[in-house]
Amino acid sequence: MIRIEPSKGWVSLKLRELWEYRELLYFLIWRDVKVRYKQTVLGAAWAIIQPFFTMVIFSVFFGRLAKVPSDGIPYPIFSYTALVPWTFFAHGLNQASNSLVRHSGLIKKVYFPRLAMPIARLLAGAVDFVLAFIVLLGMMLYFGIVPTVNVLWLPSFILLALVTALGVALWLSAMNVQFRDVGYTVPFITQFWMYATPIAYPSSLLSEPWRTLYGINPMAGVVEGFRWALLGADTAPGPIVIVSSLVALVLLVSGAFYFRRMEKTFADVV
Amino acid sequence: MSDIAVRVEGLSKKYYIGKKLKKSPTLRDNLADAFIAPFRRAGNLLRGKATGAAELDETIWALKDVSFEVKRGEVVGIIGRNGAGKSTLLKVLSRITEPTEGYADVYGRVGSLLEVGTGFHQELTGRENIYLNGAILGMTRGEIDRKFDEIVAFAELDRFIDTPVKHYSSGMGLRLGFAVAAHLEPEILLVDEVLAVGDARFQKKCLNKMQDVGQQGRTVLFVSHSMPAITRLCERTILLDEGSVLEDGPSAQVVGTYLSSGLGTTAAREWPDLAKAPGDDIVRLCAVRVRAEDGQIADTIDIRRPVGIEIEFEVLKSGYVLLPHFKLFSREGIEAFNSVDVDPAWRGRPRPAGCYISTGWIPGNFLAEGMMFIGAAMVTIQPKIVHFVEMDAVAFQVVDSTVGDSARGDWTGGLAGVVRPLLKWTTQFTPNQRETATRVTEEEKS
Repeated sequence: MIRIEPSKGWVSLKLRELWEYRELLYFLIWRDVKVRYKQTVLGAAWAIIQPFFTMVIFSVFFGRLAKVPSDGIPYPIFSYTALVPWTFFAHGLNQASNSLVRHSGLIKKVYFPRLAMPIARLLAGAVDFVLAFIVLLGMMLYFGIVPTVNVLWLPSFILLALVTALGVALWLSAMNVQFRDVGYTVPFITQFWMYATPIAYPSSLLSEPWRTLYGINPMAGVVEGFRWALLGADTAPGPIVIVSSLVALVLLVSGAFYFRRMEKTFADVV
Repeated sequence: MSDIAVRVEGLSKKYYIGKKLKKSPTLRDNLADAFIAPFRRAGNLLRGKATGAAELDETIWALKDVSFEVKRGEVVGIIGRNGAGKSTLLKVLSRITEPTEGYADVYGRVGSLLEVGTGFHQELTGRENIYLNGAILGMTRGEIDRKFDEIVAFAELDRFIDTPVKHYSSGMGLRLGFAVAAHLEPEILLVDEVLAVGDARFQKKCLNKMQDVGQQGRTVLFVSHSMPAITRLCERTILLDEGSVLEDGPSAQVVGTYLSSGLGTTAAREWPDLAKAPGDDIVRLCAVRVRAEDGQIADTIDIRRPVGIEIEFEVLKSGYVLLPHFKLFSREGIEAFNSVDVDPAWRGRPRPAGCYISTGWIPGNFLAEGMMFIGAAMVTIQPKIVHFVEMDAVAFQVVDSTVGDSARGDWTGGLAGVVRPLLKWTTQFTPNQRETATRVTEEEKS
C-alpha cells in the first residue's frame, strides 16, 4: 500500500526507491548515449575534439607564449590531463542542470524518482570521458610517461568529479525548473569555473596555506589528483584533495535534500 | 487483504495560477518592485519555496475534498467538463504531483497512461523506443522482452520496427505508443483520454483491449470525454465538476446527468455566464441545441426527418472571419462527419461583434439509428485560431419507427453503420432467354 499525501518541509532522499528504478536509470543513460551523436558527421570524434583543441590552444598561448610553468611536465599533456576530467565535469553539469526542463514532458506525465534524471544525464557523459581518456593514454605513450602506482587512486578522483558535478547540478536543475535564468547562467558558470581551476596553470603557483585552501574548488582537487595519479607530478595534492572531498560531499548532500524538497512542485511548475 | 484498490479521502489540490493585481501601483512602486523582486525571488528559491518566475498568488482548487473508493477489479469512468479536475486527479494518484490536502491510499502496483508515447525519441528506432517507453512506464526489461512480439503485432508495424520513429507518420507513432501502453500489466491502471488515437479501426482495437484489461480483473480508472467509450467500458462513473464529485453511480445514469446538466435535456446546452463559456477574447459559445423540423428542441429524432444543429455564439471582437462547424460522433465514438457553415451570407466575411445563431441541417434518411453526439467548434483560418472545440456538447437519439418507408425497408434486424441513407434503387431486368423460349414453345404446344 502506498499512501499519497502532502509532504512538508525537508523530506527523506528515498534512495531505496531510486535503486528500485535503476533499470529506468539505465535506459535513460542508454538513450542519451545512443542519440548523442546521431545525425552528426564526425560522430563520437566530438568527444575528443573539444578537449584536444582546447589543449592545443592552451599549449600555444599559455605554454609557448606566456611560458606558464607546468611542474616540469610537457605542457600539452599537463593541460590535457586536466582537460579530460574538466570536460567531463563541465559537459555533465550543463546537461544535468538542464535535464528537468528539457524533459518536462516526462516530468509531467510519468512518475519516477526525479533524481534519476540529472544522474542519467551526468553518467551518459562517461562515454565521452572514456574516448578522451584513450587519447590521453596515447599522449602518455608519445611523451614516454609511465604512471606510477599512484594510478590506483584515479577512480577516486573520477568519483570526486562526479560527486561535484552532481552536487552542483542538483542545486541548479531544481532551481532551473522555477527560473529559466539558471539555464543561461550555466555556460557562464562553467567558463568562469574553468579559469578558477588549475587547468592552464599548476596550483603550485600558490604558497601554503593558500594552495590547500584552493581545494575549496573541488575541481582543483580533481585536476591535481589526475596529474598526480597519471603523470607522477611530484607535488602531492593530499591536503587539496581532502578539502575538495569535504566540499564536494557538502554540495552533494545539500543539493540532494534541496532537490527533494523542490521536487513536489516540479510537475506543476516546469 | 481487503478488496479495496484505491481509497481517496478529502483529496484537494491547489494550483497557483495568476498574479494578484495590487491597487493603484505608482511608477515608483513599480520601479522599486522591479529591483527588489529578483532578490525576494532568489531568497524564496534558496529557502526551498516554489514561487515560480511570476510570483503566482492567485489560486485555484483543481480538486476540492474529493473522496471515493474503488474496489479491486472495478472499471471506473471519470467524466466532467474541461477543468473539472479529472486529469489532476489521475496525476495525484499516479504520484506525478502532490495533493495539497487529504490523502489517497493505493493498494497495488500502479501503471499510469496519461499520454501515448511519453519519452519517445525521434532518432531512435521503433524497437529501441519500445524498450525506452516500456521502461519509462514501469516495465522491466524481461517483461518487455517477453511481450515484444505482441506489442509489434498490435501496433501493426512489423516492417518498420527498425526505422527511426522520426520517419513514422503521426498515426504510426501513436499506434506504437498505445501498443506499448496496452501491454502494461499493473494491478491498477490509470488512463487519461488516450483512446482518441489513430483511425477508427485502431480506436476500436484499443477499446477492445481496454475491455480485456477490465475483464482480467484489474482495476481501471478511465478518464474520457467520449461518453460512448465510458458507457461501454465502465459500469460505474464518477462525475467531477469544479474539482468536486458531483455524482458517483452507474455509468448510464451519470452520463445522463452530465449530458443533461443544467437544462434537463441532452439536446440543448447553454452557457449563461459568458466568462465561463468555451471560447476566447474573440468569440464565445453561448449555446448548442438540437432542433427538430418544427423548430422545437428535441432529443429524439425520427430517422426520416431532418435535424438542425444550432450553434449560438457571441462575437466579442469584430473583424475575424469565423467558421462555425460541428462534428458528429456515433455511440461507438466514430467521427461520422464534420460540417462547416457554408452560409454564403457570412462566408469569408469578417463578422462584426454581436450574437449569431448558425444552424446546420442534417437531412432526413441520412443518419443511422442510435445515440449521436455533437461537438461544436469555431475556428479562424487566416491566421489559424481555434477559438473553441466543445466535445459532446449535445446528444440526441435517432429512432426508426420501422413503418417501412425508411432505409431499412422491410428488414427488421440490426443494421451496422454510422449513416443510413435512403438511396434511390433501380433495377434492370433481363429475362432469361432460353427459359422464356421454352415457355413460349410449351404455350404454343398447349
